[in-house]
Amino acid sequence: MKPEHLHFFIDPNRCIGCQACVQACSECDTHRGTSMIHLEYVERSSSVQTVPVVCMHCEQPTCAEVCPADAIKRTGDGVVQSARKPRCIACGNCVVACPFGVPELYEDKQIMMKCDMCYDRATAGKKPMCATVCPSQALFFGTREQIEQLRPMSMPTNQFRFGNQTITTRVNMMVPRSGAQRPLVNVTDAMDEKPRARTVSLPVAGGGAADPFAEVEV
Amino acid sequence: MATIPVDELKIIQQFGPHLAWMAGERLSTSVEPEKLVKTHCCFCGQQCGIQLKVRDNEVIGFEPWEDFPFNRGMLCPKGVKRYLQGSHPDRLTSALRRDPTAPGGFAPMAYTEAIAKVAAEIQRIQSTHGNSAIAMLSGASLTTEKTYLNGKFARVCLKTPYIDYNGRLCMVSAGAANKKAFGIDRTTNPWSDMIGTDVIWVAGSNVAECSPITTNYIWQARELGAKVIVQDPRITPIARTCDLFLPVKPGRDAAVFAGVLNLMIENGWIDRPFIEQHTVGFEQVAEYCKQWTAAKTAEVSGVPERSLRQAAEWWGKANSSFLLHARGIEHHSNGVQNALGTINLVLASGRIGRPKSGYGTITGQANGQGGREHGQKCDQLPGWRDIANPEHRKYIASVWKVDEKDIPGPGVDAYELFRKIDAGEIKGLISMCFNPKVSLPDNNFITRALEKLEFYVAIDFFLNDTARHADFVLPGSLQEEDEGVVAQVEGRVIKINKAVDCPGEARPDWVIVQDIARALNRPHGFTFNSPREIFEELRIASKGGVADYSGITYEKIEKRFGVFWPCPSHDYKTGEPAPDHPGTPRLFEPGSYNPVAKGAGPFYFADGKARFNVADYRVPIDDISEEYPFFLTTGRVVSQFLSGTQTRRIGPLVDQYPEPRIEVHPRLAEKLGIKDGDWTTAETRRGTITLKAMVVTTIRPDTIFIPYHWAGKKSANQLTVAAQDPISKIPQYKVCGCRVRKADAPPDYVGKLEAQQ
Repeated sequence: MKPEHLHFFIDPNRCIGCQACVQACSECDTHRGTSMIHLEYVERSSSVQTVPVVCMHCEQPTCAEVCPADAIKRTGDGVVQSARKPRCIACGNCVVACPFGVPELYEDKQIMMKCDMCYDRATAGKKPMCATVCPSQALFFGTREQIEQLRPMSMPTNQFRFGNQTITTRVNMMVPRSGAQRPLVNVTDAMDEKPRARTVSLPVAGGGAADPFAEVEV
Repeated sequence: MATIPVDELKIIQQFGPHLAWMAGERLSTSVEPEKLVKTHCCFCGQQCGIQLKVRDNEVIGFEPWEDFPFNRGMLCPKGVKRYLQGSHPDRLTSALRRDPTAPGGFAPMAYTEAIAKVAAEIQRIQSTHGNSAIAMLSGASLTTEKTYLNGKFARVCLKTPYIDYNGRLCMVSAGAANKKAFGIDRTTNPWSDMIGTDVIWVAGSNVAECSPITTNYIWQARELGAKVIVQDPRITPIARTCDLFLPVKPGRDAAVFAGVLNLMIENGWIDRPFIEQHTVGFEQVAEYCKQWTAAKTAEVSGVPERSLRQAAEWWGKANSSFLLHARGIEHHSNGVQNALGTINLVLASGRIGRPKSGYGTITGQANGQGGREHGQKCDQLPGWRDIANPEHRKYIASVWKVDEKDIPGPGVDAYELFRKIDAGEIKGLISMCFNPKVSLPDNNFITRALEKLEFYVAIDFFLNDTARHADFVLPGSLQEEDEGVVAQVEGRVIKINKAVDCPGEARPDWVIVQDIARALNRPHGFTFNSPREIFEELRIASKGGVADYSGITYEKIEKRFGVFWPCPSHDYKTGEPAPDHPGTPRLFEPGSYNPVAKGAGPFYFADGKARFNVADYRVPIDDISEEYPFFLTTGRVVSQFLSGTQTRRIGPLVDQYPEPRIEVHPRLAEKLGIKDGDWTTAETRRGTITLKAMVVTTIRPDTIFIPYHWAGKKSANQLTVAAQDPISKIPQYKVCGCRVRKADAPPDYVGKLEAQQ
């Protein structure tokens, strides 16, 4: 059982793209040799921004809903597991359906595998491997009080809208509060004598930027 | 005879670099480790705490060590995969001798026979050409015990002045600047002091890739309101979200510091009382800076005036601040001046020696700090003592129980050592923990010099690129096969613990060194039975020196999660024994007592005052010209480490960034007709390289970047210039003029060499 008061927070703004999470995920006892994390540059030609993607552990997981073999289970404490081996028929429905692009089909093993929030570690009182090693703490595992104290410039959200679908997740995404600074992407902007505006505003649903649990339109 | 014995491809085939992956017990989900060993990463100067899982004398994995306060379990990808260097197919498990008829050009031989042959060769060269015809190269990835032993071995056993170390390519500019300004050479504050500071200025440091854990400190400070200023020709990951980016032209850092200081003085944003009470030399510096008007500074440095003014205002008006720098400003023929320029900004602000305010260089290697303290530098004796100082010589002679007159004088820096090999003055070389064929600039010259050696013995765990020239190779130890201390980036002395035994005939490096001493029939001072015994002598040798370790014990380190030096065994003021001395986490605190100033002030000079030094801007050597119109700068990527001897053998790390690429801004790429992924040739006065282009907006359009971890035709250091700082002798890796064009054809190694080779 994962301790109730501990939560997973993803803060892409803190990601340095080092892949410590990817490398460490493959070292986890239950998925030795295979990493369940995707870490990509958004567009390397114009920025060093990278995004780590772990499973968001939806309250109503689309992957499980579309699974024709009922192979994907959500534990009582809200962790969506990898496909169960005897049931998974490797059809790839979940891969196509997940709005976050998380599940991956392993053709050689004929199974879908994905992040299980290091279920074995979490139940043994440890943090997930990726959030433990992440050197910039873009992946953070802890209490809501800790994240609020540590990240006053951003707020956690766990509701996401994809078209008409609204998804609530166990994992939280940190979003910049209003007035956040646009990141630097082109050196020439910094070389010019006239500065470019660097303020960015995100359309946060529900209005109040002060509300840490506001929805965000993606 | 140090030419490579057979075709390099054949050596690579036999000795690698090959790749290691998780396999066997390391891949099993059911195998439980026999023990978890608390130790530290073998790579960079952050020295993250880590627990190694050990079973059957093999490191089978890792577990984060969340109690260690510096990194609290955090690791970079190198730390995560570091354990794959053990049980590696390329691991040297026996001594080797050069043998062109053997597969790969080297034949295994008995260890004792190899030691006898090495001693005989040293004896032959020294009796024919004199003691100074033998030189030693050492390294800053070694434990402090080994660095101490190597310094002693060169002076006492080999009786040669010629020892130097690879920190010459790393820490010496910062070290020389710290010595001139503070009289002590260490980062001033623990990193935890950054949290809550007003401004952090990062000058020439790709923090996120070269010292990833420091990112969390800087960004945590930023979350709590700190402004982050980054000075770099590239938008590295730490620069992406910075509050002010100073896109400096390579080699123009001293101009930026002088220009900003001038603005601070003009606006009265300096701490006059601090300057008057605690420093000397400000007026000369202020006078020098007058010429650096904002307009002139902007023109020279490429940083717009608005940004210089903003930097001056933020830095000048802050109540607390941190200034961090690294190789980006230090790897210059003006490296010491650059570092002094940052120190001038710190001293003028008066913000040093207190919580939330500090200054430091970010060390590169595991023991980048400790490796520069205890006598493996060409001009140094243990305890950060000076080999030319009669008092210092006398004290160390008494510890070593030798006649002071028998200790040689200062030697020369590592690059000059190769010039002496080239000139025929040095005939024999012993190397440990140094791969100059990859890591030194203009490395085609290094190859030519190596070929002139009469005799070369390499002590290493893999046959690195330089060791391919060796007559004999002695199988040394991996970090996890031995114990000892290192000093990490904050100046915290920590303990490396042994996890496994050396395989086969491999030995801990200190055993090999002592075996050579014994075979030379010069065993005096080389009869230690353990690293602990070496450390106990080092404590005495460092006592009373600035880098005073006399109060540090292995037990104290374990109990306190490391001890910040200086940590004396006796109270400096009273002379009373101080067995519980806690060490010195923060330097220069008001009212602090040190053995140099003796209460006169917090800094390590007789008057207790810090020194301003005029930090002169000089145009780089081999700067851009009509013929070579673009800047070439070099550096690291997060998944590789230094010359790649270890990391180019670890599969998952090689996968992450397999081969070097040339970073080019789209504006330049368009001008040259180069597209992302095109084979591209860069050329300097010394060499040519052809690599794939990586077209990115995150670099200045007048600059290209190549990471330096690879060997042979993929080595960036074929191109770099061997110009050195006149004081520190650090090479100017970070700038030289180059030409760039679309390649006529792919390089001829394509299809023959794997990515890492």
